[in-house]
Amino acid sequence: MFNYSFRWNQAFQSLPDMLQGALVTLEVAVLSMILGILFAILLTSFRLSGNRVLRGITTTWVEVARNTPALFQIYMAFFGLAGLGIAITGWTQPHLGFAVDLRLSPYVALLAGITFNNAGYLHENFRGALKAIPDTQTRSARSLGMSAPQAFGYVVMPQMLRISFLPMTNQFVWAILMTSLGAVISMNSDLFGVTDNLVKINFRTFEMFAIAAVIFYVMTKIVTLSARLIAARLFRY
Amino acid sequence: MFETAMTAKDFWMLVQGAGMTLLVTAISVAIGTVVGVICGIFRFQAGPWWAIPVTFVLDVCRSVPLLIQLSLAFAFVTAVLKLRISGFSVACGVLSLYTAAYCSEIVRGALESVPPNTRRAGRSLGMTWLQDMRYIALPLASRVALPSWIGLSLGVMKDSALIYVVNVSELMKSTKDLITRLQEPLFLLLLCGVFYFVISFPVARFGSYLEKRWSND
Repeated sequence: MFNYSFRWNQAFQSLPDMLQGALVTLEVAVLSMILGILFAILLTSFRLSGNRVLRGITTTWVEVARNTPALFQIYMAFFGLAGLGIAITGWTQPHLGFAVDLRLSPYVALLAGITFNNAGYLHENFRGALKAIPDTQTRSARSLGMSAPQAFGYVVMPQMLRISFLPMTNQFVWAILMTSLGAVISMNSDLFGVTDNLVKINFRTFEMFAIAAVIFYVMTKIVTLSARLIAARLFRY
Repeated sequence: MFETAMTAKDFWMLVQGAGMTLLVTAISVAIGTVVGVICGIFRFQAGPWWAIPVTFVLDVCRSVPLLIQLSLAFAFVTAVLKLRISGFSVACGVLSLYTAAYCSEIVRGALESVPPNTRRAGRSLGMTWLQDMRYIALPLASRVALPSWIGLSLGVMKDSALIYVVNVSELMKSTKDLITRLQEPLFLLLLCGVFYFVISFPVARFGSYLEKRWSND
């Protein structure tokens, strides 16, 4: 039964490539997180704006992001938008004389998909956090002469980010794990993509994926631990 | 867009994929919940030090992407152990463990939310540990745990879209295969997305309703 010969040496030779991939994974995760937070704040302000159309945009975005698989969202960013792109290409071609390929590159599609997902979940975190901040905070800020944006920006938002810091860390870990989904849209520079490609060359499937798993585990541990340290430093009071 | 080359047979393929998604989800949630509740009670009762081995294994299941867990498990079973096990069983196994990891966290948190005084009162009335667990702690904890558990089950359903790596034709893979054949990505993807949404959305709403209704304040 156990006649499988492990060849860890062969697998370890590709460690530099995989670490390079880990950097790309981290890069995508960080970018999607930053964009996700910005979009989530935008969605929150849409929801609070009272405008029906803007509120509808928020609801649709959040519900779709939370009720469909992340894989589907990434597919949609890649193939779905390309489907639209093909239609537009066909339309512009005769007039302009060249094809406009609107298909996103895998990197951008992955980033867009994860950002979409992040924004949806982060919006819910922000909503919960906003509920925990008493209304009197806004009112006292306003009565001190702050304008509404000032009150939101200087008084409410810092508290909101503080309350939702831990859920945000969780979401960041999720974003790191989600980058592995890039494989389905032929993204080959992130950790999973690099591993998958190397496996096709050296066939050390088990060893390679085991190393990738360890790298992912270490990465998420570093992120959670450093987030805890940052939280202890930032929120001393 | 409404002139599609999709035939009834193709649609049937999608329906079968959807059925597979639900089947895998049901099996893994059922097994994962049982294992998760046991692990959660153990972790709560044993304290953080004795529970370290269990916590570590479950923590790994939460910190490694499901895609890698599936590939790794499949490679281990087929290449290292050389067993003839279908991708379906591997997928169910990995997803069960994944569910158990999150479920134990939910159960532990819910048990911690039961006031110790309530349990002490039960014990001082002469209840055994098992009676106290069964008639006091678990009913109170389930109120806290159920909304999160519903969320977890939906999460597992959405994450089951990844089991295409072990060659199980669930909804996402059927959709992908059809896209390759029919070249109508937008229409097929929308169909697939609508299916997930229709299942997930009402249940998620029900979960948040329960959460609101059952919260202690």
